[in-house]
Order: sequence, then C-alpha cells, then structure tokens
Amino acid sequence: MIAEVSQIASMSFPILTALIFFPLFGAIAVVLSSNRRPEWTKLIALVSSVGTAGLCIWMLTSFQTSDGGFQFTSQHSWIREWGIGWHLGVDGISLFLVVLTGLLFPLVIVGIDPHHGHKRYLAWLLLLEAGVMGSFLSLDLFLFFAFFEIVLVPMYFLIGGWGYDQRVYAATKFFLYTMFGSAFMLVGIIATAVLAKNSLGYVTFDLVVLAEQASFGTNTARWLFFAFAIAFAVKVPLFPLHTWLPDAHTQAPTGGSVILAGVLLKLGTYGFLRFGLYLFPEAAVWAKPLFLTLAVAGILWGAIAATMQKDLKRLVAYSSVAHLGFIVLGTFAFTSVALSGGVMQMVNHGISTGALFLLVGMIYERRHTRQIAELKGLQSVAPIFAAVFMVVMLSSIGVPGLNGFVGEFLILIGSFENARWWVVVGTTGVILAALYLLWAYQRVFHGEVDEANASFPEITPREGMILFTFIAAIVFTGVYPKPMLDRIEPSVKVLVTHVEERSGRTFEPDVVEIKKAPAAEEEKQEEH
Amino acid sequence: MLFAAENLVGPSVPWFYLNPLFILLGGIVVLMLVGSLTPQWPRHCYGIVSAVTAGVALVSTAFLWDNVTNEEPRAIFGDALALDHFALLGTISICAAVFLCSLLTSDYLQRDSDDGPELYVLYLTAAIGGIIMVASNDLIVLFLGLETLSLSLYVLAASNRRRSESQEAGLKYFILGGFSSAFFLYGIALVYGATKTTNITGIFTALSSSQSVPRNDVFLLVGTGLMLVGLAFKVAAVPFQMWTPDVYQGAPTPVTAFMASAGKTAAFAALLRVTLTALPTRVDDWRPIIWVLALLSIVVGSLLAVTQTNVKRMLAYSSISHAGFILVGIEAAAHPNSADAGNGISGVMTYLLLYTVLVIGTFAVVGLVARKGDSATELSDFKGLGKQQPALALALTVFLLAQAGVPLTSGFIAKFGVIKAAVEVHSYAIAIAAMVASVIGAFLYLRIMVSVWLEDETAENTPIQVPFLTGLVVAMAAIFTIVIGVVPGWLLDATQQVAVLTGR
Repeated sequence: MIAEVSQIASMSFPILTALIFFPLFGAIAVVLSSNRRPEWTKLIALVSSVGTAGLCIWMLTSFQTSDGGFQFTSQHSWIREWGIGWHLGVDGISLFLVVLTGLLFPLVIVGIDPHHGHKRYLAWLLLLEAGVMGSFLSLDLFLFFAFFEIVLVPMYFLIGGWGYDQRVYAATKFFLYTMFGSAFMLVGIIATAVLAKNSLGYVTFDLVVLAEQASFGTNTARWLFFAFAIAFAVKVPLFPLHTWLPDAHTQAPTGGSVILAGVLLKLGTYGFLRFGLYLFPEAAVWAKPLFLTLAVAGILWGAIAATMQKDLKRLVAYSSVAHLGFIVLGTFAFTSVALSGGVMQMVNHGISTGALFLLVGMIYERRHTRQIAELKGLQSVAPIFAAVFMVVMLSSIGVPGLNGFVGEFLILIGSFENARWWVVVGTTGVILAALYLLWAYQRVFHGEVDEANASFPEITPREGMILFTFIAAIVFTGVYPKPMLDRIEPSVKVLVTHVEERSGRTFEPDVVEIKKAPAAEEEKQEEH
Repeated sequence: MLFAAENLVGPSVPWFYLNPLFILLGGIVVLMLVGSLTPQWPRHCYGIVSAVTAGVALVSTAFLWDNVTNEEPRAIFGDALALDHFALLGTISICAAVFLCSLLTSDYLQRDSDDGPELYVLYLTAAIGGIIMVASNDLIVLFLGLETLSLSLYVLAASNRRRSESQEAGLKYFILGGFSSAFFLYGIALVYGATKTTNITGIFTALSSSQSVPRNDVFLLVGTGLMLVGLAFKVAAVPFQMWTPDVYQGAPTPVTAFMASAGKTAAFAALLRVTLTALPTRVDDWRPIIWVLALLSIVVGSLLAVTQTNVKRMLAYSSISHAGFILVGIEAAAHPNSADAGNGISGVMTYLLLYTVLVIGTFAVVGLVARKGDSATELSDFKGLGKQQPALALALTVFLLAQAGVPLTSGFIAKFGVIKAAVEVHSYAIAIAAMVASVIGAFLYLRIMVSVWLEDETAENTPIQVPFLTGLVVAMAAIFTIVIGVVPGWLLDATQQVAVLTGR
C-alpha cells in the first residue's frame, strides 16, 4: 500500500528528470544573468544547487529501502527512429552517488572562491552537475553516453580556465584520454543495440531491456564488454591508463579537484557495475582475473607513487588511484558483500578525498605552495586545521570508526573467498596508505614552525562550516553505516543474482557468511 | 544534316520538377542582367536577392518532397535526371548553403567595400551545377554539372583581387581541378566502352547480366578507378587532398564555407549515386578503395590538422577528416546484400546536411575574426575572443564541439548515423578506427578553443565587429546545431526515405 502511494507520488513529479534539469536551468540562468550584478549570479547558482540537493534528500527519504529494483523511473520515447529513450531510474547502487553529487556541488559553490570569472565558473559547474546527475541516472545506453561525454566539456573548461600553471596541458590530456576510451564505448554501444536485434527483433538502446532480455554469443559479449571496459578503465582510472589523473587533479582548481575525485571518477566504477556486470555478466566473470590484477596493480602502484610525491596535491591524486583500485577489486569479486563495500567505498572516497583536496586547496590559498618540503610545523600555528586534516586523513587511510574503514573492510572480506591472493596483495595497500599519508602529515604539520609558515591562518568560520559537513559525514558513516548498507544491499544482491544466473557460476560463499560479515563489521565499531 | 535534325526527338521536359533550377536561373538573370544595367544597388541588396532566390528554391524543393513520396522515385528528362528524395535532400542542402553563404558574403563584401553581384551569380551558378550533380542519372549530365560547379568555384576562389593568396588558390584549384575532371571524363569514356551507355541506370542493367560485360573487364575496372579518382579529388579524400589546405586558406572565407558545404555535398552525392546505382554489382571491386580512402582521410586529415597554426588550414584538414567519416557511411552503404545498407545512404546525406550548417557557422565566425582584409586567421588572432565577444565565442565553441562529435550537438548525430550504419553491416574495424582517429581530431578543436577562451588577447588584435547578417547566420547555425542534437527525430524520419534511389 505504502509502496503504491509512493509510486504514484513519484509518477506525479518526475524527480529524476528534475535532478538533471534543475542544475541545467540554473546554468542557463547564470549565463543569462547580468554582468553588473554578480551577487545575483551567485544567488542563482546557490539556489539551483541547493535546490538540487534538497531534491536529492527528498528522493533519499522516499526511497524504498528493501526494493532492489529501479525506483522513480521515468520513461519517454526520445529518438524513436533509433530506438532511443529518455529512461531514468535509481537503485541502491546509484542512490548514494546521486546524493553525494547533489550535496558536493553546493559545498563547492559555497566553499571555494574561483577568484576570477565567477559567472562562467558557476555556469560550467552547474552544467557539470547536470551531466553527472544524468550519467548516474540514465538507463539508456545512448542517454548515458551523451551525459558521459558531455561531462568532459565543463570539466575541460574548469581545469583549463581556473587551474594552475600546466592547466591547458592537463585539461587537454584529460579530455583526449577520456574521449579515446569513449570512442570504443560508442562503437560498443551501437554494436550492442544492433546485435541485440537478432534476439529481440527490434533495435533498442534501453539498458534494462538489453540486460534482461537480449542474448549475445559468448565471444560477441566479450568483445562488447571490452569496448565498454576500456572507456570505464580510463575513467576510473585503472592501472596502466591512469596517467591523466595526477596531472588533471594537480592542475585543476580546488573545486574541480573535489568534483573530479568526488564524483567524476565514480562514473568509471559505476559504469563497470551498471554496464559491465549488468549487461555482460558472463564476459565480466571471464575477465575477472585481468581486472583483479589491474586493480591490485593500481593499488600498489598508486600507493608507491604517492609515497614518493613532493607535491601534496599529487600525493592525494595518487592515493585516489590506489583507493579506486580497491573499488574495482570489490566489483570483480562478484559477492554481494564486496560489491556493497565497493559502492560504499565509492561514496566514502568521494567524501574523504574530496575533503582532502579541499584542505590542500586551503593550504595553497594560504601559502601559495603545495610542496611538502616548504610546509612545516603547521600544527602549532593552526591546531584546528591540523585536527581536521588528521580526521580526514585517517578516514582516507581507513581507520575503524571512520567511513573509509567500512568500505575497504567489506571489500576485503567479501573478496577473500573468490580472490584470495589478490586480496592478500591488495591489503598491503592499506598499510602503504597509512605510510604515505602519515608521513606526509608528519612532514607538513609536525616539527618546528619556520618563518614562512609562522603566519599560517587558522580556519575561517565559513571554511569550518564546510569542513564540518564533511567530518559529520565521515564520522556518521563510519560509526553507523547500517542505513546506507540497508539501501545498497538489496540492489547489489539483485545484481549478483543476475550475474550468477547468467554466468552459471556461484560467487556468494553461502548465506550464513553474508550475514556474518556486517555483524563482524558492527562489532569492530563497538570496540572502537 | 537537316534531315537528321528533323528526326531528333527531344525528351519531354517535366518543367514542374525543374522548378528549383529555374528559380536559381531566374536569380542569376536578375542579378547579372538587371544588376549590370542599373547603378550600384543599396547595401546588402545583391546578397539578399541571392539569399531569397536560394530560399525560394529551397521551399520549392520541399514542396516536391511529398510528390515523390506519393509517386515513387523515378527518372525524368529522358532518363537524364533522377527524381528521388536523395536528390531533393541534396538540393535542399545546397540551397541552404547558398542562402547562408550569400548572407555571409554580403557582410564580407561590405567590410572590404567590394559590393557587387558577381559572387552571388557564381554561387547560384555553382548551385545549379551542384543540383544537377546530385540529381544526375547520366554520367555525361553528371559531368556537365560537375564542370558548372567547378568552374564557378575556381573563379570564386580567386575572387579576392587584393590578396595574392586568393589568386594563387584559384589557379591551383583550377589546374588540379581540371586535371581531375580529365580523369573523371576518361573514366566515363572507358565505362562507356565497357557498357555502351552513359546512363547510370543503363550501366546497372548492362552490368547485371554477366554475359555482356565480363567479370574482369579491363575497361570497366580502369574506368571505375578513374571515376573514383575524379570524385575523390572533388570530395578531398586522401590521397587526393593536396589542394584543399591551400585553396581553403587562400579563398575568401565565405567562399571557403561554400566550397566545404555545397561543393562537398554535390560531390559526395554524385559519388554515392555513381557507385551505388551504376556499380552495385561490382561492389567487391570498389568497396576496398572506399575503405582505404576513408581510413586514410580520417587519419591523415586529423594528424595533419594538429600540426597547423592557421585556423583556415586546420579546418581544411578537419574537412578532410570529415570526408573520411562520410566515406565510412558510403562504405557501409556498399553492402547491397545487407538489409541495413540503406542506413548508410541516409547516414551520409544526414551528415552532409548537418555538416553544411556546421561548417558554414564555423567559417562565419572565422570570417569575422579574419577582420578587414580577410587575412587574420592565425591561431593567435583568436586569442581573447572569449573576453571580447563572449556570444560569438560561445557559438564557435558549439560548432567546434559539434565537429568533434560531442553529444547533444548535430555533429554527434551525424557521426552516430554513419558509425551505426557501419556497425550494422559489421564493418567494425573501420568504425573503431574512425572513432579513435576522431580523438586526434578533437585535439585540433581543443586547440582553437584554448586560444579563444584560455589565452589573453594580444595588444595588436583589433576589435571584432559582428555585423547583423553574419550574426544572424551564426545564431541560426548554432541554434540548428543544438536543436538537431537534442531532437533529431524529425530529421531522421525524413532522411530515412533518402535511401531509395532511382533505378535501384
């Protein structure tokens, strides 16, 4: 009964469509706003991003916890001639990514000052938000590709227009790398739709129809899977294709880095789940060893490279490579525990790495350098700043009681059964994370403060407010992840069942152990 | 002699279906005759007469659309011309190009104080040639159209008498173009030798019965090859692209826009018709050639574009890479046994229509940046455009992103169409190669955008004026680009009918 009511409510107001169009209209309004009234421009941007966040919260509260299928779906014909539809939906896998997107953008808009070209900056940001929302919500291959690609344009201009010295190089590299991956995916998308005609009898780009009803030959599916996988591997980025990321992250303005780390990278890992595993389950299972190896290689490579960085921002960027390796590890273990952990980790990485980039940006604002060697003894002059940095950093390391732990722990425990040796090697990444982050903290915050760092200002109230939001999310998710897991798990289980049915293999250890894992998880937190 | 003439029966002339041609001819007469007998007309009048002529021709073509839908595609004028949606869509593209380019030219001539009717007359003449090419059902008629178009274009390229580059471009185009026409004509002769007819439908019939022409007939093979050379030159496919950068750079900017839009449309339509209507039975002989031309054009076009510093040259190379994409569509159409081959034809014609608007929009902005004298087209001349003329810079960005194939623009719909057609006939290799090479091409568009938005203007860059008509063209093209990108359904509906060619 309740379900019916909420469905009617969702049908009456297309909330997902609104999530895309609200920031889009905001962007257009910002462009059209008068140059002479900059405060109006900011207000428009603020209203549309906060409004989007409000819509996200509303969606979160009316989300059916135990339902693993797509909710709030909205389906309309778009390009009938090609079988393309406007099909949106949200499930436990995308729910928190959408919410994260909705919350991160207003924080960036409020918290970070671009210094010049406010109007264009805000317009690009809002356009970016619309694109990211669209990518997470699309259930149509064409629609997804359109949003996936359109995201590049605002991000390119944000990096190129408001970044640091090497910004044009970094922006171009980012654009071309991603476009290279997309080139394969576009051919893959078209081939998927065209080849599915053999079993469906008509051409459609609808993800749900293709995944549930179409059938492909084994080899065909593997080729198609790889066409998609290249695009996502670039976006994640997976080990050998990651070289665009340190440049883009380091050169991007703080706001760009926060968004890039917070939500943009998740397009890749989300893509693997939604379009890799869901669409080509058998091929994904077949490719499991390759992707596990690349994921572990990424974990180690990212960690080792991060250890050696002299630039604080670059260090955080490489730590992203390592963290995203964990997510891919969890994705290709195919157990519901590991996948839930992967989804958790996507959100958690968005929060903690986003916050880290914000903090590094604040350091740069104050000192105009990001070189670790030039920073020293900040703890004595800015203790609150140091404390905040410490908490965020610990969450990134994965200390129990903070959010980073939950995802990583679930990934490792969930993957152990299916991917034992990869997990064994990957776990060293956790230790390395502690090494490079703590070492960096020690060099930047400890020691005697020298003359250049003596006047390092403390956190301002506005910054404090923004950071408090991050810390609250970090601690809450770390201590009490149950509400999130409750919403994620049903959808993940549906996906795992789908993969198991289609590939004819069993991945879930057995029912008892699944129950045990979250229980063990909660015990740990109580200890803490 | 007289006896023979009395026996000569002319074909019945279906006047009604030739309306677009007569309207354009009327425009020419008005501009040339009335224009030369009266004193200088007021500002913009020549251009507006030319644009209105093209607009009326376009509308009259659109009226024929339903007629063809109801009464089947057929050959008219003693089988010399084809009346099908394919020809009509090509005509619409060309008329649209004349319409937009006339408006651009009007502002361009005002700026350089050169106003006169000559350029418009040449546009309209070229359009007649182009329309005959897209509709021709006979190789000789096709050649007549080709020459009408080409000769007008040679003169147009050389029409700026103050810039020596323009003269050089005209001469270069003329010499190389004349050479390629000779190839084409020789190809026709050899094909005639093999099939004893120049009629396209007739050639198809002759080749269908394998007794009359042997499988490896040397005349036919060489003739086909020579015709492909001639047409590949006109569409600027690698390795017949040498003239393009010089001519595009040297010609007055509105003329470049016209060459890249109307000229390409006519040549590609002719290429499609010759290959698919006349030679579908010998598809295995010529499809590999198209395959190689397509791949080379995309790769070489994109690679060389990246090394340029002059925007007009860059766009010339980018047009070569676009030609490669269109050839991918032709390759897809060249699978007569596949049920989906028709999508290749639709894809190509959609691409040509969308690219026409896109490239004219792009060159319109380039023409404004070129400033008085039409020569400031280096990359550095674009610096600071974003600060100085944000709306213009935004429009240019839309065009460039569309050319790069970013979704929600018409360029993406165009690329999607041809790649989809290629995938449908299982030409995966060329589809992937084309997409990957287009990433290289994207770098070129990014470079221009970097100049426009991310670099500060230099002191010597004089301010840019945006005259009304050019602004109108840019706005129309930009809106069209976005609207088609978001709601392409109605256009795709129309272009799906294009796949039925007369005589197939």
